[in-house]
Amino acid sequence: MTAVALESERLERTTLAVPGAHCAGCMSKIERGLSAVPGVAEARVNLSARMVSVSHEEGLDRRKLVHALADLGFEAQTRVNGSARPDSAARQLLAPLAVAGFAAMNVMLLSVSVWSGAEGSTRDLFHWLSALIGVPAIAYAGQPFFRSALGALRKGHTNMDVPISLGVLIASGLSLYETAVHGRHAWFDGALMLLTFLLAGRALDAMMRDRARTGVDALISQAPQGATVVSEDGTLAWQATDALRPGMILRVVAGERLAADGEVVSGASQFDQSLLTGESRPVAAQVGDGVLAGTLNLTGPVDVRVSHTGYDTTLAEIVRLMEASTQSRSRYVRLADRASRLYAPAVHTLAALSVGGWLIGGASVYQALVIGVAVLIITCPCALGLAVPVAQVVSSGALMRAGIMVKDGSALERIALVDRALFDKTGTLTMSRPQPDPAVLSAIDPVAVSVALALASHSGHPLSRALAASLSADGHRAAELDAVEERAGEGIFARWLGLEVALRRPEAASGIAVSLFVEGKPTWLIPYAYHLRPDYAEALAELRTLGIEASILSGDSVPAVAEVARATGLSAQAMTSPADKQALIGRLQAAGRRVLMVGDGLNDGPALAAADASMAPGSASDVGLQSADLVFTQDSLLAIPRAVRAARATTRVVKQNFALAIGYNVLAVPLAMAGFVTPLVAALAMSTSSLIVIANSLRLARIAR
Amino acid sequence: MTSLLFLIPVALGLGLLGLAGFFWALRSGQFEDPDGAASRILIDDETD
Repeated sequence: MTAVALESERLERTTLAVPGAHCAGCMSKIERGLSAVPGVAEARVNLSARMVSVSHEEGLDRRKLVHALADLGFEAQTRVNGSARPDSAARQLLAPLAVAGFAAMNVMLLSVSVWSGAEGSTRDLFHWLSALIGVPAIAYAGQPFFRSALGALRKGHTNMDVPISLGVLIASGLSLYETAVHGRHAWFDGALMLLTFLLAGRALDAMMRDRARTGVDALISQAPQGATVVSEDGTLAWQATDALRPGMILRVVAGERLAADGEVVSGASQFDQSLLTGESRPVAAQVGDGVLAGTLNLTGPVDVRVSHTGYDTTLAEIVRLMEASTQSRSRYVRLADRASRLYAPAVHTLAALSVGGWLIGGASVYQALVIGVAVLIITCPCALGLAVPVAQVVSSGALMRAGIMVKDGSALERIALVDRALFDKTGTLTMSRPQPDPAVLSAIDPVAVSVALALASHSGHPLSRALAASLSADGHRAAELDAVEERAGEGIFARWLGLEVALRRPEAASGIAVSLFVEGKPTWLIPYAYHLRPDYAEALAELRTLGIEASILSGDSVPAVAEVARATGLSAQAMTSPADKQALIGRLQAAGRRVLMVGDGLNDGPALAAADASMAPGSASDVGLQSADLVFTQDSLLAIPRAVRAARATTRVVKQNFALAIGYNVLAVPLAMAGFVTPLVAALAMSTSSLIVIANSLRLARIAR
Repeated sequence: MTSLLFLIPVALGLGLLGLAGFFWALRSGQFEDPDGAASRILIDDETD
């Protein structure tokens, strides 16, 4: 053991995101495959986070690991800094929850013997034992609430944690006093049970957010962006984006995204600017033309002289616009906080009134205080604390099973209120990649199709990938090819049974297309188009019945938008810049509308951030995924009405839960004020109302169907 | 009464033991990857 430790060279740790890992087989395949890479000491997959942590010799090229994973059939991205991932919020609550649960159970056991008639020294002993367990447990497990209450009070307002903390602290103080004077009633059980229920609610809430976050994280590429730099002596080196300087020459091959703004100095190609402008038609660029960071080089390799980097690029401009536009979100006050604004003052007034009333009525100070505490404990928002998180956890769990990830609970509350929906076109109403025309594919002779599939499967070009995917889905088999060669900017060339075959860029075509060439046969032209997402008509009809008016807001050209507008029957606005989209949302909000933005591109980022609620498809750009509240991973547009319906049902159940919790208080408070509430009654009332609220929330489990 | 003096510490001690066990599990990272732990049992290790 020590010998190994002594002679082992210094090891480095790299974390890679592997979104495709989902089963035991994947785990062992990845771990074994990576361990076989020279220089790798150990690889361990974390299936919950969809990441693999690799310890390897210092200086091992990380891209080698990515390639090894690609050979195993897993797409992977290195994380810029694996350790910087914030700890999950749920894990911090697990320890207090365990302590509160343990203490509550033991104290409850002791309390049951007191309630069933333990007297004299036995009761004193049990009370002292309860105090011994309860006081440290309350001091430890209550901290999340005390901290939050203190923070709110310092800022001069109140939240749900203020009445909770007050109730728990006063109850424990009074119980200690009761124990010391050999009194009949101690409230440790009630205080601990309250903490357990509330911590369970918080932990559930945090778990929901963790789960959605890891889901979205796995979709976001964390790859350190960069480019291949051509130095003066002609050597090529890969450099990270922040190391790029104006004046450097970048070599950008087909299928790569530009890392900086610049000017083409050699070569010619077509660029897909849809990420920036929403415009789907490729833009041609030749020597002397300017090209923008974030655009995708589609056809040929080009050399680009960098003009702007980092914060000066058009890309960074959009990101800045987005950061400045999250106000409507922060102005939104969550339901629970709105409830507690009314609730806390009412409870505290009631408690003060009952103390005052009993004093005037001639009770001793001690008696009056006991009754005041009983009022505080019985009104402690136990069910109220569960009312919101349990309902939201249940419905977001149901939505997640239906392929919709909810990033946080307030998103569900906000999306329930929308009455206006704006759709981006490319990638949102339509699929995110152009698809080959199925009518043409079915017309091609089946032998040629198998050649096309074989050719397409040898290329990483987006058009080839789309072709390969749609042909494999139709059940075609690939033909056997020899001497496959991909010539950048031209296409893929190979020999098949001695014949020249190729899948290449057509000489002249309007729109996106590839041509399939088989020696001795006529050349086939396969046109591509952005198809509308499945179920768009039903989805839009459902939105109308939900009372949501929809329209299209696109950065694309007028004819392209008009075509989709005709097909969907929506009104549309074309050629809008990111700032235009944001301004339109501002105008709608000023007119009192609640806006839902559905978009995917970087150009939608500012609009997604400015809208009252936002959704993005799983194929969206990183910016889209990060700024959207909800992410739907399936192709169907039905996810949108489904999410709205589920959110509205959730808000309805939350309101019912509030009504149930307050109804219970209306029954219990008069009892407490009259002095009839003992610790036994409090414990029964508290657990019954919590159970009712949980049972009511569980009805949401089937909401997303 | 003497049985109480004996039984209560035993009950509390066992409870504390469970709590300590939970804390140990939490510290040693057993809650880091619940999905992975569930799947790892299915991997056949024919080597080592």
